[in-house]
Amino acid sequence: MAPHDLRRPFKRPAISDQQRRRDLSLLRQKQNRLDAQRRARCLASSVLSFQSEPKPPSQEQSHFELELELEIEPDAEEHQGPATTYDVRQASKLRGTEARRWFAKQLMLPEWMIDVPPNLNTDWYVFARPAGKRCFVVSSNGTTVSRLRNGILLHRFPSALPNGARINNVSRSSQSYCILDCIFHEPDQTYYVIDMVCWAGFSLYECTAEFRFFWLNSKLVEVGVCDTPSTFHKYRFATVPVYNCDQEGLQTAYIGPVPYIKDGLLFYNKHAHYETGNTPLALVWKDENCSEYVIDTDSKGQVPNQQQLVLELQDDGRLATSDDPSVIFGWLNEDFIQKTGLHAGNLLRFAVNDGGLSFVDGKLEKADLQYLGQSNRARAFADSYSKVMFQYIVRHSPLKIEHLFASIGPLGDGDIASHDVEMAA
Amino acid sequence: MAMEVTQVLLNAQSVDSTVRKHAEESLRQFQEQNLSVFLLSLSGELAGEDKPVDSRKLAGLILKNALDAKEQHRKYELVQKWLALDVGVKTQIKTCLLQILSSPVPDARSTASQVIAKIAAIELPQKQWPELIGSLLSNIHQVPAHVKQATLETLGYLCEEVSPDVVDQDQVNKILTAVVQGMSANEGNNDVRLAATRALYNALGFAQANFSNDMERDYIMRVVCEATLSPDVKIRQAAFECLVSISSTYYEKLAPYIQDIFNITAKAVREDEEPVALQAIELWSSICDEEIDILEEYGGDFTADSDVPCYYFIKQALPALVPMLLETLLKQEEDQDLDEGAWNLAMAGGTCLGLVARTVGDDIVPLVMPFIEENITKSEWRQREAATYAFGSILEGPSPDKLTSIVNVALNFMLTALTNDPNSHVKDTTAWTLGRIFEFLHGSTVETPIITPGNCPQIIRVLLQSMNDAPNVAEKACGALYFLAQGYEDIGSASPITPYFQEIVKSLLSVTDKEDAGESRLRTAAYETLNEVVRCSTDETAAMVLQLVPIIMTKLHQTLEAEKLSSDEREKQNELQGLLCGCLQVITQKLGASEPTQYAFMQFADQIMNLFLRVFACRSATVHEEAMLAIGAVAHATGPDFAKYMPELYKYLEMGLQNFEEYQVCAVTVGVVGDICRALEDTVLPYCDGIMTQLLKDLSSNQLHRSVKPPIFSCFGDIALAIGENFEKYLMYAMPMLQSAAELSAHTSGADDEMIEYTNLLRNGILEAYSGIFQGFKNSPKTQLLIPYAPHILQFLDSIYMEKDMDDVVMKTAIGVLGDLADTLGSNAGSLIQLSLSCKEFLNECLSSDDHLIKESAEWAKMAISRAISV
Repeated sequence: MAPHDLRRPFKRPAISDQQRRRDLSLLRQKQNRLDAQRRARCLASSVLSFQSEPKPPSQEQSHFELELELEIEPDAEEHQGPATTYDVRQASKLRGTEARRWFAKQLMLPEWMIDVPPNLNTDWYVFARPAGKRCFVVSSNGTTVSRLRNGILLHRFPSALPNGARINNVSRSSQSYCILDCIFHEPDQTYYVIDMVCWAGFSLYECTAEFRFFWLNSKLVEVGVCDTPSTFHKYRFATVPVYNCDQEGLQTAYIGPVPYIKDGLLFYNKHAHYETGNTPLALVWKDENCSEYVIDTDSKGQVPNQQQLVLELQDDGRLATSDDPSVIFGWLNEDFIQKTGLHAGNLLRFAVNDGGLSFVDGKLEKADLQYLGQSNRARAFADSYSKVMFQYIVRHSPLKIEHLFASIGPLGDGDIASHDVEMAA
Repeated sequence: MAMEVTQVLLNAQSVDSTVRKHAEESLRQFQEQNLSVFLLSLSGELAGEDKPVDSRKLAGLILKNALDAKEQHRKYELVQKWLALDVGVKTQIKTCLLQILSSPVPDARSTASQVIAKIAAIELPQKQWPELIGSLLSNIHQVPAHVKQATLETLGYLCEEVSPDVVDQDQVNKILTAVVQGMSANEGNNDVRLAATRALYNALGFAQANFSNDMERDYIMRVVCEATLSPDVKIRQAAFECLVSISSTYYEKLAPYIQDIFNITAKAVREDEEPVALQAIELWSSICDEEIDILEEYGGDFTADSDVPCYYFIKQALPALVPMLLETLLKQEEDQDLDEGAWNLAMAGGTCLGLVARTVGDDIVPLVMPFIEENITKSEWRQREAATYAFGSILEGPSPDKLTSIVNVALNFMLTALTNDPNSHVKDTTAWTLGRIFEFLHGSTVETPIITPGNCPQIIRVLLQSMNDAPNVAEKACGALYFLAQGYEDIGSASPITPYFQEIVKSLLSVTDKEDAGESRLRTAAYETLNEVVRCSTDETAAMVLQLVPIIMTKLHQTLEAEKLSSDEREKQNELQGLLCGCLQVITQKLGASEPTQYAFMQFADQIMNLFLRVFACRSATVHEEAMLAIGAVAHATGPDFAKYMPELYKYLEMGLQNFEEYQVCAVTVGVVGDICRALEDTVLPYCDGIMTQLLKDLSSNQLHRSVKPPIFSCFGDIALAIGENFEKYLMYAMPMLQSAAELSAHTSGADDEMIEYTNLLRNGILEAYSGIFQGFKNSPKTQLLIPYAPHILQFLDSIYMEKDMDDVVMKTAIGVLGDLADTLGSNAGSLIQLSLSCKEFLNECLSSDDHLIKESAEWAKMAISRAISV
């Protein structure tokens, strides 16, 4: 029962420097652990492989004739490099051809709608596609870069995206980058965000469209990306209204007013992940009412008399679409290839002759094509099968908006499957 | 045998160390060989009225030490041994001890009281010795005063040792009645009254129910207040100690008595002897402590509920309290600044004044200003010092608005006084006051800056000049400079310190070399200030910070050259090495924080590590904490290159991890292992067997301070993240340990705040371990090894969510683990995750959190889960 010591600290700072050293060390360790954890969480989930091996030619054979027309100078550029895997941060440092090639592979490319998919009204979203340049917008290391579909740099600018501008924002780690799938709309100089691939270092590749759209809409608003441009935020970003593809949604997307010029409708399957390259789980469709460019135009903006298409020349002379697996439209004979100096990987332009495309059981049987020359050097890909087909049916028997509405049916009168009663537990 | 024991006990107190050691050794052997007989002999010795007092006292002391120890596991061991003794033996000892309370020898009685209380502390919680309190109380009515005194003393010790919840209220009432009666004015015997008053001090914790009863409380308070007026100074002091304790334990019951309390204390402060007056001041300091706590809990939001309302006693007493405290300031002792143990009226009064300022804020300023103005220019040093001390004391609490204009006027005066005042005591207080000004009114959060480009150069000049003053003054000047630098911590590039950086560093280094730097902890203060100046420095002075590295290294090298040191010199060397390692740690951490300076630092890494290893080698069994802490900073700065130091460092890491006694050293080493894991990543693998073994041993030990256990779990995570799937071989050891710790920490029902805080630290450690393990195994073919653990982990997350008592840190880590689990196990765990509560309510709660770290983790978890269940 000794009397307690009542001395209190006198003229002493309450905190000792030794304790401060310990505390600051702990703080540093905590921060480092947090960084390591963040890095681990972002790693791998955002590693996208750079597939450079061309797929082995498909066994599928088609027969058709070719007529040669033009002499073409050899193009040495488009060689595929060795297989390389970059994660997005490394990729953002790539320059020139390498960067273009990498980014060119990363976009999800919708197929063209040549048939109405089942369950359109329950499993799909629809929205009006803004007219403009499809691009990736990547923010990292304090700058934002947009790259076109072929990988070419569009803009380099500061933005309010995480890590998108060099401002004093200490809480952002270098892992905090973003990738948005956008369409740059020239008239109002706005990036319309149609999909989100990575946000603040977290990959959304394996998330469903449903989740990605939810995320996109909440996050963009949160960081102020949709605000008026300023010094640290050079371009405006905007979201696109997305609807469930029911009668009302389709109607609104089709004729409803939007602040941008429409270029067709995009349909996204709600359950689909973000996949690079062509996918049938995202579809594009257009007619004259919702797009100025239904039928492809040539370089002068004129609709050519004959449908044109671009195919890729393969090792064995076959001509392939950009699909995976590709569809073969025919072949060039060896003589012709040698004479013109073409080689595998070249993208070649053809016209569809009067013979047209013939089908057996829904499969391409025969194509009457005429060689026009090498395609524009800015092109990175051949046309996809669905694009060729869409262009073909547009010129012959187009898939009309009425067909789409009909497949959805009036409200409450969908296909039989939708009448099945789900037994909720 | 009995005779022999007496002699051995006397020998154990011999001045001859050989005799003493021999006796101690025989006692130890005796204790080990036959505990029953040993304890019986000791109690018999203590009871022996024919034995020398010295042997009786020592017998009692050894008996007491055989029942209790400071160290937890030793204590547990002793308790178990006592409980295992034969009932007959225990009864014999206890009966004997109770009889000693009637002994005519005071020392024997007093010793027996303490031993009885120790036994009670063991037995009462076991529901044993139920008759103890009854038999003690029956003693109270015995006639001889010394028996009554010894019994009250025993009750006091008993209340100190035993937890209130093992004594039922009926017995508590009887104890309190006996104690309070014993201290009332009717008790004619002062020894009895003093024993009763001291007993009440310990019994207050038992009086919860009685203090809720108005009549009983009034009675207790009246008796205590009366006792403060006793003619015996010891009784008055003990009674004030009771009042101090009541004012904090029963703050919410004080209102009816506060006026009387003020009158009593005011009289004591002004008229009574110093020990009593100091207690009277302490009473007001404790009330301040209470009100500061309550007001802090309100957090400035006065609509919020606090368990205890604030009665604003200090605010009400202010007009009388402040003049009373100001008077005490003039009662300084000469040279009190040179005596570390000093505690007098002026010091206590000033400290209390500071607490009052923190309690009431602005209101104190007009009450103190006239005193300052009147005294600060007086020729008598006591008046100048008191005025300055009063000013320094009220700088924390009042708003900057209230103080800024006054400080602006005072600042120049203070700078002049620090240079010119003839009295060193005044200078000391002036330098301290400047430090307080910079601590509370300077920095990025203060709107109107006190320090401007105009006066900054002068301030720095005066402070540097004072470094050459007496050590106590120079030490305060260092402190002022410390806070001056700290205020510019967040300023970015244009720190006003920058132009003076070199000069400041030079001055501080020369202070550390002064011959009298060992006094008044001046050397320590100088190094600490140097540390803060370095921490707060900007890029512009990075080159100069780099130049400091070889300078400090040379000093550290010099400490290693000394040979054949006496134990006193060794202690000084150890302390100096601590300061130098600390300084190198701060510099390393500073330079390691940005890429260019980190690169420049690398040139010194080999030499620094070599020095640290030599510092370790200086000591035989322990590891130098500061050196270890510094090594963590080096590992962070050097990254993978750190691998080359591992072969030599490893044994010291192991040594650090084995240091149960100095648990801080163990904790620091655990943190450094984490740093090393992050620096080396999978090249740390060869050392992991040893490290993991040690960490697992640490966790199983009940000797290691519990605060080290959470960081050890986090360290599992660091290791797993570094070595990835190689962690496989540790899973079978680490996982069950994590699992049982998780089970223990899942529920906190009935725990107090401190326990809940610890539980949350533990949960965080466990969760960080899981996080690291999951992320480490990501993308590995061995991921499936983790699947069996998933149900338990999800269950753990669910149960801590249901418990509703986790803090923000745990919340962030927990929701992150949910994400890590989903991320790594993917579809393997999809359905399991969907069944958990965590992926619904808990996740939603985190998603809508205001804390951006929680939100970020939750968003990530949501994405990971979305991927896991959509595949």
